[in-house]
Amino acid sequence: MTALTRRQRRALTLAMRYLIAVAVTLLFLFPVYWLFMISFKTPEEIFHVPPLWLPGQIQFNNYWVLFKDGDVVAILNSLIVAGTSSVIAMVLGTFCAYSLARFNTGGENLAMWIISQRMIPPMAVVFPIFLIYVHFGMVDTFSGLILLYTAFNLPYVIWMMRGYIADIPLELEESALVDGCTRWQVIWKVVFPMARSGLMATAVFTFVFAWNDFLFALILTRTEVITFPVQLTHYMGGQSNFWAKIAAMSVLGTLPIFVAVTIMQRYLVRGISLGAVKG
Amino acid sequence: MALPFSRLHDAMSTDTYGHRLSVFSDRNFKYLMVAPGILILLLVGIFPLIYSLVVSFQNITMTDVDTSFQGLLNYKQLFRDARLWQALGHTALITAIALPLELVLGFLLAQLFLERMPGRQIFVALLVLPTVLSPIVAGATWRLMFDVRFGPIGQIVSYFAGEPVTLLWTVNPSLVYPAIIICEVWQWTPFMFLLLLAALSNVDQSQLEAAELDGASYWRVLRQIIMPAIKPVVAIAVLIRGLDLFRIFDIIWALTEGGPGSMTETISLYTYVIGFTQFDTSYTAAVAFLVVALLSVIVTLVLRRMELVK
Repeated sequence: MTALTRRQRRALTLAMRYLIAVAVTLLFLFPVYWLFMISFKTPEEIFHVPPLWLPGQIQFNNYWVLFKDGDVVAILNSLIVAGTSSVIAMVLGTFCAYSLARFNTGGENLAMWIISQRMIPPMAVVFPIFLIYVHFGMVDTFSGLILLYTAFNLPYVIWMMRGYIADIPLELEESALVDGCTRWQVIWKVVFPMARSGLMATAVFTFVFAWNDFLFALILTRTEVITFPVQLTHYMGGQSNFWAKIAAMSVLGTLPIFVAVTIMQRYLVRGISLGAVKG
Repeated sequence: MALPFSRLHDAMSTDTYGHRLSVFSDRNFKYLMVAPGILILLLVGIFPLIYSLVVSFQNITMTDVDTSFQGLLNYKQLFRDARLWQALGHTALITAIALPLELVLGFLLAQLFLERMPGRQIFVALLVLPTVLSPIVAGATWRLMFDVRFGPIGQIVSYFAGEPVTLLWTVNPSLVYPAIIICEVWQWTPFMFLLLLAALSNVDQSQLEAAELDGASYWRVLRQIIMPAIKPVVAIAVLIRGLDLFRIFDIIWALTEGGPGSMTETISLYTYVIGFTQFDTSYTAAVAFLVVALLSVIVTLVLRRMELVK
């Protein structure tokens, strides 16, 4: 057998890499596939021994049941809570970030304190918050949950937007000021458009964090503003798991996230590394 | 509050060059901008901690609302509470196994996708999906996967074993930790992968080529060029994941709820149990405060050391 040429060797390496890449990707996606597939199965197919790897046919009855029983209200609640808190956090946070980035307000100590707020374990904070909420009758209300998610996401928004705003050349703002713009006009006409993609990306991640949260919602909701992760755990019982509902609800709660993150792919690395890696 | 924009304009027109920073020297404006955000952070971040500190010196339990001050009663109890230290131990155990695993697997994945290949973006986009799932969904998914009768894991294991194998993943004491760690590693390896892929892509190519010309071994290149170059990113990634693992709750809630018994109870789960099922209010406040104090010190030290703040 003759030795392989350099070209052949390279092709072989590439083929190997593809093989491993496909295998790894399938491995990582299999649980997601399994979840989606269960959501399309009939009860007989779900509780078939041995487990079936393909549903007989795609049917949406599991989803229909969620709509019929009114369980989708949880998705709606999640949408309201995550959406509203993201908007508020983005507005307040971006102004904070602008002040921090351009005026160095509070110096590094303030910036440090803000990001350290993000790192405190939620369980330690949520307990006293629960006590205070009970006192003020804010448990199981939209405003209570929105306030909490706003506060939870503020450090992230401030930290990320501070980085995005610092990336904008100072000269642009200066020349706008020289041209007679007021400070608000500068922010509105120069900073926001220049930081648009950063704003979008940060908003998406803010939404995802609030959307995915389970702990705060578990403790601070009862019946009125149950979000989708809490609703999901209601289907899990010691003896009887409502598999069809678990799967269908999970898919409903996951699809928006998948879509949003796929659109924001380019900003993903920066977004999840707290701005440390600009990808 | 009226902002003195006009005054600023006057300053601008006379001082266009030379004093660049004078453009941004309006005191009221900068404080006005941070005020609402900081106010909310103080309200929801700091006030509860102070409240918690006060409650932790009282003796409020489910049956007795005793608001008289008891000194260090609850803090003394911390040291006698075996279940608390076990919970901290469980948390440390999960972190100690999952974190290095995620880091190594993430690094290997990043190496695999480092060189350009057609369709790489698609692979990356797909691999990211577990990381953006809600952890409670991840936990639920694996609970379905691990199910003894209707889940595929048992089926696959049985297939390779050649005989029916019964694995009670969420009940068997020797399998609960592997189950939790599999789920955790599955969800967060892509996180490490993404950050390391970005870091590895930024390693100085000319240095790598020079090393290759010198005939340096892979291990030497890894230790002397790649490692130092990606160290800051690794530090950030480990910090973020370390903190996440310290507060791990959702996945375990969905998989085992801390069981069997309290075998997989982490510090977050334990705090939940004493606070929201036993209603041991004052003691929970003490535990919560211990956790915050512990973590604040660590985080501040680590942040300063890592110079995350530019």
